[in-house]
Amino acid sequence: MSDSWRQPRRLLMAALGALTVFYLLAPTLVIVPMSFTEARILSFPPEGFSVQWYERMLTDRQWSTGIVNSFQVAILTAILATVLGTLASLGLSRGRFPGRSLVNALTLSPLIVPVVVIGIGMFGLFVQWRLAGSLVGLVLAHTALALPFVVVNVTTSLQTMDRNLELAAANLGANPRRSFLHITLPIILPGVLAGAIFSFITSWDEVVVAIFMTSARFRTLPVEMWEQVRQVVDPTVAAVSTTLLVVTTVLLLLLVLVRRQAPAQ
Amino acid sequence: MTATEQPALVLRGLRKQFGGAVAVDGIDLEVRRGEFLTLLGPSGSGKTTTLRMVAGFMAPTAGSIEIDGTDMTRVPPYRRDVGMVFQNYALFPHMTAADNVAFPLRMRRRPGPEIKTRVAEALRLVKLGDYGDRYPRQLSGGQQQRIALARAVVFEPRLLLMDEPLGALDRKLREGLQLEIIRVSRELGATVIYVTHDQEEALVMSDRIAIFNAGRIEQLGGGEDLYDRPASLFVADFIGESNILRGRYDVDGGEGGWMTWGDARWRVGRAAAERAALASGASAALVVRPERMRIVDGEGAGGLANTVEATVDEVLYLGPDTKYQLALSTGQRVSVREPRSTDGRELARGDRVKLGWSIEDGLLVDDPGGV
Amino acid sequence: MATAGEVRGRPWPNLAGARPRFDRWSALALPAVVFLVAFFLIPLVAMALRSVTDPPGAGLSNYEQFFAEQAYVRVLTNTFWIALLATIACLVIGYPYAYLMTIVPGRVAGLLLIAVLLPFWSSLLVRTFAWQVLLRDTGVINRFLLDVGLISEPLTLIRTTSGVILGMMHILLPFMVLPLYAVMRRIDPEYGRAAANLGASPVRAFVRIFVPLSLPGVLAGSLLVFVLALGFYITPALLGGLRDQMISQLIVQQIQQRLDWGFGTAMSVLLVAITLAFLFAASRAVRLRDVFGSGVGED
Repeated sequence: MSDSWRQPRRLLMAALGALTVFYLLAPTLVIVPMSFTEARILSFPPEGFSVQWYERMLTDRQWSTGIVNSFQVAILTAILATVLGTLASLGLSRGRFPGRSLVNALTLSPLIVPVVVIGIGMFGLFVQWRLAGSLVGLVLAHTALALPFVVVNVTTSLQTMDRNLELAAANLGANPRRSFLHITLPIILPGVLAGAIFSFITSWDEVVVAIFMTSARFRTLPVEMWEQVRQVVDPTVAAVSTTLLVVTTVLLLLLVLVRRQAPAQ
Repeated sequence: MTATEQPALVLRGLRKQFGGAVAVDGIDLEVRRGEFLTLLGPSGSGKTTTLRMVAGFMAPTAGSIEIDGTDMTRVPPYRRDVGMVFQNYALFPHMTAADNVAFPLRMRRRPGPEIKTRVAEALRLVKLGDYGDRYPRQLSGGQQQRIALARAVVFEPRLLLMDEPLGALDRKLREGLQLEIIRVSRELGATVIYVTHDQEEALVMSDRIAIFNAGRIEQLGGGEDLYDRPASLFVADFIGESNILRGRYDVDGGEGGWMTWGDARWRVGRAAAERAALASGASAALVVRPERMRIVDGEGAGGLANTVEATVDEVLYLGPDTKYQLALSTGQRVSVREPRSTDGRELARGDRVKLGWSIEDGLLVDDPGGV
Repeated sequence: MATAGEVRGRPWPNLAGARPRFDRWSALALPAVVFLVAFFLIPLVAMALRSVTDPPGAGLSNYEQFFAEQAYVRVLTNTFWIALLATIACLVIGYPYAYLMTIVPGRVAGLLLIAVLLPFWSSLLVRTFAWQVLLRDTGVINRFLLDVGLISEPLTLIRTTSGVILGMMHILLPFMVLPLYAVMRRIDPEYGRAAANLGASPVRAFVRIFVPLSLPGVLAGSLLVFVLALGFYITPALLGGLRDQMISQLIVQQIQQRLDWGFGTAMSVLLVAITLAFLFAASRAVRLRDVFGSGVGED
């Protein structure tokens, strides 16, 4: 903490900071109350209190299937990305094979390519492979997007883990499989879970690639919202937004809990 | 050879190379059952690498490792049945102390009740019987190391390997744990191979010490052996303090020899000469321990055969002893250590004195780097 | 020579000096590699190929077509322009925010960090939608200003460049704040005290010492924000006007509406190439900065 350059107008800084925080949080907080309005249109402050828009969301065919589809895709993505990513992290941090840095770059590359380009590229090829517009196609696409998050989290866990622990396990009689199961995995579990949670969130919120990879038959919640949002907007969209936000926030809180439990950190 | 005479560990021609660098350069070693052997040497001398090869963490480039008569060179570490204690304890953070100690028994699929009893015994052995439910982060460094020790002995391993286990602890704690380790190993009759760079620690704990230098064992023997009869300049310098007087050695018939250095000329005893077995004209060093060098009072040599002139540089008070740092006429420094005399000899900086030592106290070693 | 001691299936970490080879661990990375090559790389490569083969025998004609048309090039320059504006906006807001994080007590800094990270993890679509609601003619901001009487007619906030920037900044701010904060917190306050001791006023000390030392963070954050801004789609689509169209929108339009795959993929390749070029320049620039500029104060 600096002191001699703390003097210049501390109050001004604090005010700026508060304003920025307000700017960051306000938009999303505005949406939540709006979803409970009794009125037929989006207004702030909301008029009255009603959960009708949530009811509408759950009963309307398009919205409810959207929720179910989103959930399915996100769960499958989380599982697939976590398995592939954890294996890759193990290979990258414990192995010394030629081209290792290239593989590392590959696992992080989905973060760099603009998401529209990814959507188009995948759509172009998946159409030929008959994967477009299906659950499988979208899961594959989202897994590619989520992989970097898993790799980063698990690699960090692996690198901060004391290497001697694996040596000790072997010395005490554990073969590689048992050493991984009893020692390595429990210790990196927070990193693995963090990767899984980030994968879920990434898929749950993802819209651009989903726009390409979904069809009228199979839509996710963000895509439904995208279709609606450009036309007439009723408060159902606010309810959907709030739902999206709540799920994400709950998962992030879960993440914080997982991190707190970590015994080896 | 009967079973009790069979060495616990035999290393033959053990060698480890990393690319172009040779870390271990041909080690032959036999460790007797029940003995406490220390691998002592500076960092990078190959002692830790040797230990890791015995544990099985590294494959040797050449040579063989035999444990209890069985060739273990190609056996993976989890089948060697040796116990290892690490410098940073390596306790599993997600398990309690008791679970840690139980781990090797679980890996060997021992029945539950047996595990419970043996864990309790092991914890009692290291005097931490009530600490089983604690997690490693709730224990102090010394306690963690004792749990690590319990974990390493609970399954009655053939060998107990220790890789500078006390390096992370402070002095007081270290001394206490040194005695603990000796006690535990004696109680179990364990064969211990201990690695350290601290020569005092080695002297205190070991039955025998192997001095490592640049990947080889320079000398193997008991503490007294190494101290009183170092086989090389390196060993003389590494163990204890030494005054090293370099010069040229010449044989004198069958009666030992002479060390010449500038104007000085010193006698080398027969025993020392025979042990060193140097040829005439060789570069050599005469090693005299500081406590064996005396400051000569008054005229004459005080009955000491070898003398040299010196100027006092520093006078250090070390509790029961006094240590003098002196400079010889050539600039070389020596030190003399003697108990504090009650009839106070008051020496100060700049005083010129005569130092002497008896013939038997001069050890002769080869000086390969000498002029 | 090494064959003497090699044991089957030794998964132990190889030590320095050992030759890299394909061992058991490398096999673990294989599934992810195969997956990414099949479902990520190959689609991108196929797309690049398509840009020169659709229509058949197209060669570089799609690219030529792009640069020949004024309207298209304007979209590209507009994309750069908006990305630049967004970067500057993020810097103006983000720099004081990051600085604030370094001078407040730890717990407050933590809260500030959460405030910046929470939006980061919530849906981009939701946030852009929220801005739409806020900025519309009948939206929250206009309603508020009208009610309070500050204005008599609604301000046009949506379908403008400022609307787009406001929305983009909301998404991109964390990418500016995090690198800035990382660099700033390593600047030793001792420098400030030394400067004061040597007679510099607080403002001068700040400008002459703190700011130059924070430049690597500025560079890293700015380049990151710029590169990400280039590829934005949802935000300009919802909040921008016709003149604010960014290249991603053009790409989607060509593919979804015109079904002109050759042209659409050519623009995609262009976008990726520009992104990679900037990232490459970034990796160079930041390293040089550390050498010449603020080597002090960093690990």
